[in-house]
Amino acid sequence: MNARPGTAEIHDRLDRVWSPPRGIWRFLTAVNHRVVGLRFMVTAFVFLLLGGLEALAMRLQLAQPLLGILSPEAFNQAFTMHGSTMMFLFAVPFLEGLAIYLVPLMIGAREMAFPRLNAFGYWVYLIAGVSLYGAYLFGYAPDSGWYNYVPLTGIGFRPGVNIDFWVTMITFLEVSALVAAVEIIVTVMKHRAPGMSLDRIPVFVWAILITSFMIVFAMPALMLTSLMLALDRMAGFHFFNHAAGGDPLLWQHLFWFFGHPDVYIMLLPAVGVVSTVIPVFCRRPLAGYTLVVVSALIIGILSFGVWVHHMYTVGFALVGLSFFAAASMLITIPSAIQIFAWIATIWQGKLHAIATPMLFSLGFIVLFILGGITGIMIAAVPFNWQVHDTYFIVAHFHYVLVGGVVLPIFAAIYFWFPKVTGRLLDEGLGRWHFWLFFGGFNISFFPMHIVGFEGMPRRVYTYHPGLGWDGLNLISTGGALVMGAAMVIFLWNLVVSWRVGPSAGHDPWGGNTLEWATTSPPQSYNFLLVPIVRGKDPLWSEPPPDAPPFQKRPGWLAELSEAPDLRRDQIITSPVTAEPLGRAIMPRPSLWPLWLALALTVSFLGAIATLALVPVGLALAFVALVGWHWPRDEPLDDESSGIEDTPGNPEPAGAPFGAREERRPDRWDANE
Amino acid sequence: MKRLATVAPAVCVLSATGCGGWQSALDPQSRGAAEIANLWWIMFWTTGVLATLVIAGLLFAVYRARRAATADAGGTVQDRERRFIFLAGAAVPALLLVSFVALSVRTGASVSEPPGDPGLRVEVTGHMFWWEIHYPGYGVTTANELHIPAGIPIEVRVTSADVIHSFWVPQLAPGKVDMIPGRTNRIWIMADEPGRYRGQCTEFCGVQHALMSLLVVASPEEEFQAWLAERAVPEAGSDPLSLRGREIFGEAGCAACHGIRGVTVPEFSGSPGPDLTHLAGRETLGALTVENSRENLTAWILNPHHFKPGVRMPPTSLDGDDVSALVHYLESLR
Repeated sequence: MNARPGTAEIHDRLDRVWSPPRGIWRFLTAVNHRVVGLRFMVTAFVFLLLGGLEALAMRLQLAQPLLGILSPEAFNQAFTMHGSTMMFLFAVPFLEGLAIYLVPLMIGAREMAFPRLNAFGYWVYLIAGVSLYGAYLFGYAPDSGWYNYVPLTGIGFRPGVNIDFWVTMITFLEVSALVAAVEIIVTVMKHRAPGMSLDRIPVFVWAILITSFMIVFAMPALMLTSLMLALDRMAGFHFFNHAAGGDPLLWQHLFWFFGHPDVYIMLLPAVGVVSTVIPVFCRRPLAGYTLVVVSALIIGILSFGVWVHHMYTVGFALVGLSFFAAASMLITIPSAIQIFAWIATIWQGKLHAIATPMLFSLGFIVLFILGGITGIMIAAVPFNWQVHDTYFIVAHFHYVLVGGVVLPIFAAIYFWFPKVTGRLLDEGLGRWHFWLFFGGFNISFFPMHIVGFEGMPRRVYTYHPGLGWDGLNLISTGGALVMGAAMVIFLWNLVVSWRVGPSAGHDPWGGNTLEWATTSPPQSYNFLLVPIVRGKDPLWSEPPPDAPPFQKRPGWLAELSEAPDLRRDQIITSPVTAEPLGRAIMPRPSLWPLWLALALTVSFLGAIATLALVPVGLALAFVALVGWHWPRDEPLDDESSGIEDTPGNPEPAGAPFGAREERRPDRWDANE
Repeated sequence: MKRLATVAPAVCVLSATGCGGWQSALDPQSRGAAEIANLWWIMFWTTGVLATLVIAGLLFAVYRARRAATADAGGTVQDRERRFIFLAGAAVPALLLVSFVALSVRTGASVSEPPGDPGLRVEVTGHMFWWEIHYPGYGVTTANELHIPAGIPIEVRVTSADVIHSFWVPQLAPGKVDMIPGRTNRIWIMADEPGRYRGQCTEFCGVQHALMSLLVVASPEEEFQAWLAERAVPEAGSDPLSLRGREIFGEAGCAACHGIRGVTVPEFSGSPGPDLTHLAGRETLGALTVENSRENLTAWILNPHHFKPGVRMPPTSLDGDDVSALVHYLESLR
């Protein structure tokens, strides 16, 4: 075929290949990264609301001394579920969902590297979250904190199934985080658009990539230690039983070896969102891109060397603790570099208007600074001895996590909602949302610094009057109610705008990254033609003079874009320079991911009832894996992947990259 | 027996006025807590000023960018920006952090050691949800109310009989230390002046973590020695009602958990419930949950969950006369 097909023809062909099946079958078998990513985000958002309701209930109980709104048992379940929900069911999964949705779009790919693994991860997450809340509904929620310290959580002190649910479901949940991390790494490394060399990766994708590596190293520690606790509880082991030679501190080491990196696993992608949003609204590239990326990398590495600062009071020698104090304080430097990079970006920028994503980003910087300075303080060992496990700490980490993670997530929602839905969120409601949330947050959490100094410990369901805590707690509760009101406005905005919001167009903000080059919402295949990247800000950049020849061509790669053999395929590029290497055939929708997730549920959830169910689940999982890996009957297309033979030479004669017609039909409905 | 202080803690505990701040880390009453409070104020002012400057810079940048005609991100601007980011983001914090680490180490080393030989050693064992207090060498075991001499450092050795607790008396100690089963940690406390101080468990230890508080009574040395000497000789009423109460104590199963020296098996340390040898000398019940009065003690024995839901002591079904006798007996234990 000599004549190239027109864009409409390419669209028809791609859409036929990439469109998901319809109906209930679609729901169960979908593997597409946008479907799965959106599911992650919507589910995580529901958990955010649930976690928020738990927080409100706790604040009401603490509004006055000796109230009886929640029983001690109910309060302990509430704070445990609040922490577990926000950490495990909201923040990490939401950011993973955001990454699963955005990463392929930002790097110009059609799909994640392992779409079925993606779907599997979502099912596991959904089942684990629903199981935990199902237990909560029946009063069997875990009740010993999201950190689940032994020996309190040992079988001797907590014989019921409450802790069993935590142990098995959190382990199960981390499977989901791990598979997402692995496939994000592979996707970013192998499927970037031609020309997107390492130094041109969007800063959000960098953040997600670093985060994914952190997940790969951190989550196994949690899975291991909760497995050890499961063995202690269910199979009579003694890992943590000091009377039998075990050690309760082992739990704390392993938990915080996961737990502290987990803070940055949430923070880095959020920070990546802010580094993406600010340049767009300032109409200029991010200042100090390399410094920002290297800072994120350093934070990722340092975060594995600070876990003991959660354990300053267990009785270690000061010399050892001082090492962790120094390491913890070091994290200030890369954090400060990022803050000054944002300030510099704004300084030389042009802000037409402070739209909601920008507003949330600015609010984030302020709260992040405030949470950061208390972070430096509590890294100082003797000061930590005094305020450890008091409300000062509660204030500190909410400044870091609400300021540093939740506000950027809101910024991300306002920023990418138009891409996902094709509609804009209401700016007026968005402003109400921001100011009420930001104000309510400070009213609620700032007094907690003081009440911590006044001696109020964490995790108390009530307190006596006369300790100077009453007024401050009442103020905190008032602030929490204001935050609740802000969330009602936000929810209203989301629901209404999704249905009847103003049409956003493809690129409402004038973005610099590739997701803004396609339709809103994107077509089933993301990009009609494979984009070629010529700079850090692909939609803003001119090709540099020393770029390799194929990058100099304006427009998009038509070849490899047309699914000539009607299969889901996408381009593979080299990890460093992103030169085209070949094509990968991507799988079609499949039921096996759901089957595998359900099979493992039999093992994990069944273990609570009887260990005999573990092998049953594994057998079912084996069936799923056989089905999953059963060879597809489609023949492999050797000819079209011929460019694998000539890496480094992107324009071999006669190869698919040979100079032919060039176009810029970046949107399938462009009138040509 | 003479009361050591004039203000009953339960009045403090249960009234909204009068004793605010007696668990405050910023109102230190000993050298250790004071040095840490100093460290806080140094860090507060340094970082506070810096944070204010940075936030002001951010707001000014926004103001500038709102007024700018166009964004400027040319090559020279970017070079300048990189230098600024590196200097402001790395160099300045680095200097600050070196001094903070040095301060942390210096203060930490200074407050880790008492200012002189400890004049007394006390062993405190955490239980769900109360404190067992033992004065080794004096044969005195009590609970929830730690009496110390003022003006001299006290070494406190802490451990736990069940789950992890944490020992914290913010005004008197250089912070807190965890009480971990199978380990013994040490911390020193000191009260510069005689007085009453409050502490609380700071490691979540189960359903009643919230109501696990500690009263520390610091008195002049002679007064403390007198208190200790009194405690060394258990006292109990010998009238018929007391003797009847003592019988009930055994029959009703109280002795399964509570020790009374001279009545129950001697070495009963580590029992699930507080030692009651000197119960009448204590000011509160349930680790500062309620004032130790006849009415409260009676109600507590009948159903402690009314005051402290989830506490490990079960309700009892004694009839009125038996409870009166039991309370009469317990009130004679000094």
